[in-house]
Amino acid sequence: MDHLDQLEAQSVFILREAYRKLKPLAMLWSLGKDSNVMIWLARKAFLGRVPFPVMHVDTEKKFPEMYKFRDEYTKKWNLDLQLGYCPPVEEMDPTLPPAARSAARKTAGLAAMIEKHKLQGVIAGIRRDEQGTRAKERVFSPRGASHKWDIRNQPPEFWDQYATPHEDGVHIRVHPLLAWREIDIWRYVEREGIPLVDLYFARNGKRYRSLGDQDITSPIESNASTLAEVITELETTRTSERAGRAMDHESEDAFERLRVAGYL
Amino acid sequence: MSETLTATTIIDPIDRDVALESATPIVIVGHVDHGKSTLIGRLLYDTNNLEDGKVAQILESSKKRGLAIEWSFLLDSLQIERDQGVTVDSTRIPFRLGNRQFVIVDAPGHRQFLRNMITGAADADAAVLVVDANEGAQEQTRRHAMLLRLIGIRHIVVLLNKVDLLDFDEQKVRAVENSVTELLTQLELTPSLFVPASARDGDNIASRSERSPWYKGPILTEALAAVPDGNIRATLPFRLPVQDVYRFDDKRYVVGRIERGTLRVGDELTIGSQGSTARVAAIERWSAPERKDASAGESVALVLEPDVIPARGDFLFAPHQAPEKSARIRANLFWLRQEPLRVGETFRLRLATAEHQVTVASIDSVVRLDDLTTQQSDEVPPEGFAEITLVAGEAILFDPFSPGTSDGRGVLVDRNQRIVGGAPLLGPATLAAGSHAIHPSGGEVSGSERARGKGHKARVIWLTGLSGAGKSTIARLAERKLWADGIDACVLDGDTLRMGLCSDLGFTEADRHENVRRAAEVARILAQTGQVVIVALISPLEADRGLARRIAGVAFDEVFVDTSLATCEERDSKGLYRAAREGKIENFTGISAPYEAPAKPDLHIIADKSNAEQNAVTLTDYILRKIR
Repeated sequence: MDHLDQLEAQSVFILREAYRKLKPLAMLWSLGKDSNVMIWLARKAFLGRVPFPVMHVDTEKKFPEMYKFRDEYTKKWNLDLQLGYCPPVEEMDPTLPPAARSAARKTAGLAAMIEKHKLQGVIAGIRRDEQGTRAKERVFSPRGASHKWDIRNQPPEFWDQYATPHEDGVHIRVHPLLAWREIDIWRYVEREGIPLVDLYFARNGKRYRSLGDQDITSPIESNASTLAEVITELETTRTSERAGRAMDHESEDAFERLRVAGYL
Repeated sequence: MSETLTATTIIDPIDRDVALESATPIVIVGHVDHGKSTLIGRLLYDTNNLEDGKVAQILESSKKRGLAIEWSFLLDSLQIERDQGVTVDSTRIPFRLGNRQFVIVDAPGHRQFLRNMITGAADADAAVLVVDANEGAQEQTRRHAMLLRLIGIRHIVVLLNKVDLLDFDEQKVRAVENSVTELLTQLELTPSLFVPASARDGDNIASRSERSPWYKGPILTEALAAVPDGNIRATLPFRLPVQDVYRFDDKRYVVGRIERGTLRVGDELTIGSQGSTARVAAIERWSAPERKDASAGESVALVLEPDVIPARGDFLFAPHQAPEKSARIRANLFWLRQEPLRVGETFRLRLATAEHQVTVASIDSVVRLDDLTTQQSDEVPPEGFAEITLVAGEAILFDPFSPGTSDGRGVLVDRNQRIVGGAPLLGPATLAAGSHAIHPSGGEVSGSERARGKGHKARVIWLTGLSGAGKSTIARLAERKLWADGIDACVLDGDTLRMGLCSDLGFTEADRHENVRRAAEVARILAQTGQVVIVALISPLEADRGLARRIAGVAFDEVFVDTSLATCEERDSKGLYRAAREGKIENFTGISAPYEAPAKPDLHIIADKSNAEQNAVTLTDYILRKIR
């Protein structure tokens, strides 16, 4: 087994644990490369199907290409797509810096979806190498009634034994991609032929490395217009993947505050 | 947003094939403040593994807190960690050294974050134990070393840090080295190497220090490159713990991860719990090249023939390569709860995908952390280490713990589903000749302690009624319901007792009396371990049932399973009534021997009015009221 086989096998194991232990369960689909890989892994785990709803918490500020992609692949992949909407920015914590405040809308939209569907498990495609606080996450990360991430008090997680919810109002964030790196995602996309929004590929010397809301996401300078070129670029790159995501960088603690409050 | 982020720096492109190799996880452990996070920061910086802008970010965060440069901020990304200068939770960061991929796991050194240390360390291939050369081994050094042994990490590099404080003096460094060696030897751990270093200044981390000319051994990066990455799992006998069973489009799939060995289509497998065998008809994959085999580490979906239905937790293995099977198991323990562990407490033992209810039958020895010797004790202190014996209601299939495999990785879970300890299983436990499994009266653990541990009181529930009245069926159904409710319940039924314990007895009145007496004694002993014991025995005579009540004590209920003789005779599931009517069986209750119906039972179940399920619910509700 090579590195990608190992990552795939472990993610499949995690998804099957989630499907067995958490009901109702749903997967978040941000339309980005990581969540497309996640859907692909679910189809690996469940022999070609995704046996739970796929949820898109829509900020209504995504790129038009992303909406088009969503509609196309919902049909092609036979997904049970559920949409959630986000409250206006005016309702968000005013002490957050502007981009983080905008990103907080997604937290609120997600919380509403979890309440509405009484979800016990939410599968999300975060990775440890994206950001320092994500590096401290568990594969099964319990969230209390207020959806808060209690970073001081995470449960032990070892030998593939994961936390199980033991009381009402607790849900588990399941992170099957935690051990994947950005380059692994791209190599897997290449190996498996997983479709992506073409914003990831360079046009006129620019491409997006990470996709979020239009107003708080920046492209990078790049001429990588094919999968192979993107992979070569990443192999020689040393800037951070989320450098183009404004809410990560406004202040040292902005992203941690978002995450503690329930952001992904 | 219009701004564009600026260009990327070019580093050496790495060879594609190398990049596709799996990464070796290395955990960095040691006492708090001995410099683990600093070491990692320095290591990443010196080996060019940091992203652009990261150093500037760290400098800024350091300046804000009045510090020069705090390398640990690279990993201590949480605000609380930076403000208090302590690692709270473990982090994993990918790291490349020449042609090899690693994952560096930073584990917190503080005792209160032990669970996070284990979370980080449990799947590492090797460890770097950081010891402040000036302070020598401290409590967390010993605790972490102990954990490395219990979680099965055998490859250990000791980094003697802060040797600048000893002026790089060879004699002083060797003295520390000797004391740490002694400590590890006690734990049967052999460090592969001692590296004298200063993480802050980078001595002997990624480049050889001029300040320690006497040191000729490998520097840290060389030591990491030498960590073996042998994977032996695929060559061991086949094991697959069933994770789930799916039915999609009229086809049944048994899914799970192969923990050891290899599998080919056509192989014969034994299904652990059933003892039956099945053949692998297909290994199904979606969107992948078809292959007729699979090996350790793969998550597979099998189609079996015949189409048997194993349950989650079932063990699949090759016939003649069966694992151990025992209801009493010796185990090591690393205890993670904030309160001590005492004998008699009951847990769920998770073992791969299986779950078994177990009781701590004895605490055999406890480790003293100040000198790592063992001693007798009746409790395991919070975050302590011990050897214990676990007892289950049924025989458990397992392979003894073995480093480098996932064998015997027991995890204890409490009633609230919290993970409270790790229990590497050592092997079946046998009772020494002449000793007793149960403490006689005046035993060390009181009934109330057991009740507290289990969350319910012990009780003997005595079911009496005619042969064929449905006693055993109702008892078994109730046992299942109680179990599902977290109640430690068991059933003693007449036929089972007569198979073994009472196989020397017949059906004369004297033998029936002795049968009742033995059953009552066994029930009493089981109840003393805190269980709810449901006895299903005809026990036809009022006097014998009175004897049972006297033996069992106050927590005793007589339940009359009242089914009319006509119904019993009509059912006659075992053909006994017919045989009795034909005179082939003597002394048959209700036909040729008396049945004295209870005058005042504690619970009267008129059994032929409802079905067994409804009767079991009545019984279960009654029991729950009595034991809570």
